[in-house]
Amino acid sequence: MAEAIRLTYEISPDDFTRAGEASSDVKKKLRSLGVSPDAIRKVAIAMYEGEINMVIHAEGGIITVDISPDKIVMILADKGPGIPDIEQAMQAGWSTAPNEIRSLGFGAGMGLPNMKKYTDEMTIDTVIGKGTTITMVVKI
Amino acid sequence: MDKFYHSVKLEPELCKGCINCIKRCPTQAIRVRNGKAQINSKFCIDCGECIRICPHHAKTASYDKLDTIRQYEYAVALPPPSLYSQFNNLDDVNIVLNALKLMGFDDVFEVSAAAEIVSEATRSYIKTHESSLPFISTACPSVVRLIRVRFPNLIPQLLPINPPVEVAACMAAERAMEATGLPREKIGVFFLSPCPSKVAYVKAPLGTEKSQVDHVLAIKEVYPQLLAYMKAVEDDAEEISESGKIGISWGRSGGEASGLFTDRYLAADGIENVIRVLEDLEDQKFANLEFVELNACNGGCIGGVLTVENPYVAEVKLKRLRKYMPVARSHMGDDAQGYVPWTTGVQFEPVFRLGDNMMESFARLEQVERLCKRLPGLDCGSCGAPTCKALAEDIVRGEASERDCIYYLRENLHKLSKEVSVLADDINDGIKGGREAFPILMDYIRRISNEMTSLDSRMNEQENDD
Ligand SMILES: Nc1ncnc2c1ncn2[C@@H]1O[C@H](COP(=O)(O)OP(=O)(O)O)[C@@H](O)[C@H]1O
Ligand code: SF4
Ligand SMILES: [Mg+2]
Repeated sequence: MAEAIRLTYEISPDDFTRAGEASSDVKKKLRSLGVSPDAIRKVAIAMYEGEINMVIHAEGGIITVDISPDKIVMILADKGPGIPDIEQAMQAGWSTAPNEIRSLGFGAGMGLPNMKKYTDEMTIDTVIGKGTTITMVVKI
Repeated sequence: MDKFYHSVKLEPELCKGCINCIKRCPTQAIRVRNGKAQINSKFCIDCGECIRICPHHAKTASYDKLDTIRQYEYAVALPPPSLYSQFNNLDDVNIVLNALKLMGFDDVFEVSAAAEIVSEATRSYIKTHESSLPFISTACPSVVRLIRVRFPNLIPQLLPINPPVEVAACMAAERAMEATGLPREKIGVFFLSPCPSKVAYVKAPLGTEKSQVDHVLAIKEVYPQLLAYMKAVEDDAEEISESGKIGISWGRSGGEASGLFTDRYLAADGIENVIRVLEDLEDQKFANLEFVELNACNGGCIGGVLTVENPYVAEVKLKRLRKYMPVARSHMGDDAQGYVPWTTGVQFEPVFRLGDNMMESFARLEQVERLCKRLPGLDCGSCGAPTCKALAEDIVRGEASERDCIYYLRENLHKLSKEVSVLADDINDGIKGGREAFPILMDYIRRISNEMTSLDSRMNEQENDD
């Protein structure tokens, strides 16, 4: 099996204006690797939503992206408040996002549902008060 | 440069004197005189409403032609976010940016990138000036011009930060000089404008002595060419975009405010709404606001009169475009710092004052009141002024006469003919002797015929134009 390429991003909670930059960078890298546009789109959307959530709902964290010839694995780990009710959080339209950022288009409650929709596998491990780790796989 | 420089102007040969525009102008800057519209340059704020309403396309905006880029050794385009909203199914702004290069520009500098820097500067300005809240956006030049002539009390609330287009121009010029080693005058900085207001800004800026934008092109004019070049851009266009959600959002109403991360803001668009908000602000009707975003055009810059797309459709396109963009891509750095703050203040221009001093204004105001009572109060516009009150003000300023009112004229004719017939009766009854009465009678007839001629000539003016 060919070796995987690993990309690591530290997601800072302090500067909201940097949110989304990591997924934008991954998109650029995947493009230069010649990954199919369809897979790039899926990864870009799923990771973007996860990254934004880490900034808005948690206190930032670490994203690792493993790129291998057959799949892309994204692991988004934060040390935020955790998700009390995953089923509710997964519902389209459910959101606890603050008002101040809604006019930028956030808080539609479509992030988690889209992460599920655009990936082939998604698991959520969450512990209240400790943090959340979301693992997503896109096959290529 | 004339501080009342304007981009909006009249094409006299197209104007029919139909008075549509005088009614729409939010500052009552237009009069129809001698059958043609005239714009009072002190009142006009270049909002473009008359361009929108004129059914004969007699109101136009002045701007530069694309081939002026040939006058420069190096030309930089400044595309605004409103430009990105003009295309169907666009999902990558890099296509537009690369097309601009194919069109002949050596470099592009996105206004939305500078906008993100302006947003950042605004956030910190608000934080450090909490005792002077709220601040009013200074990005729409028509709004600033309106405040300058009509809301002097609000001038201290103006956000003393250059609009994104100016910051972009400064940064673009510096980047070009560094890259090429050329002197500033060999570099042309071109803004692709959605509105005449920005054309006027560049010639007569507010908050800065001289704009670094050298020429302004109209979006609607470059649009067809740009569209063709966009088709020629390869699928994976070179990534040159330097802006994200915040910058792109500036193109529509509420976008500037959304980059401030506060919900204590108010955003109003459309010049009539803007005026209402400013009046309420002046009366201190709002509490607890940090920021007031005002755009003269409906929907914000995407509704500018030099764009091609319906503003509401454009808004949907802009939303779609920004959906998966990073929050921002440009951040304040040393390269921008010096270009952000205003370097001059905005002075109140009391153009609507009736007289040169308090006493004169007061006396004239009384005159206006008196005149208004005499005028019919129909605001019919036949005199060429938008309202009876506006005519009364024109009269006391010595720019019009009561006889411009056709109702006044008609009344006068009635009165004169009544007096004539009384006189005639008197002569007939032998109360007045024929000899003395004759010159009086002659005088009456002359006056009646004068009034008739003046009425006729007014009618003719209108007919000739039809
Ligand atoms: N990493 C996270 N940590 C804590 N809560 C989260 C996290 N991600 C999502 N949530 C919760 O799930 C909700 C739904 O998320 P999402 O579908 O992305 O919608 P939105 O982000 O628009 O609110 C959020 O409002 C938040 O309450
Ligand atoms: S609206 Fe009528 S009066 Fe005004 S510019 Fe057009 S033609 Fe002239
Ligand atoms: Mg989300």
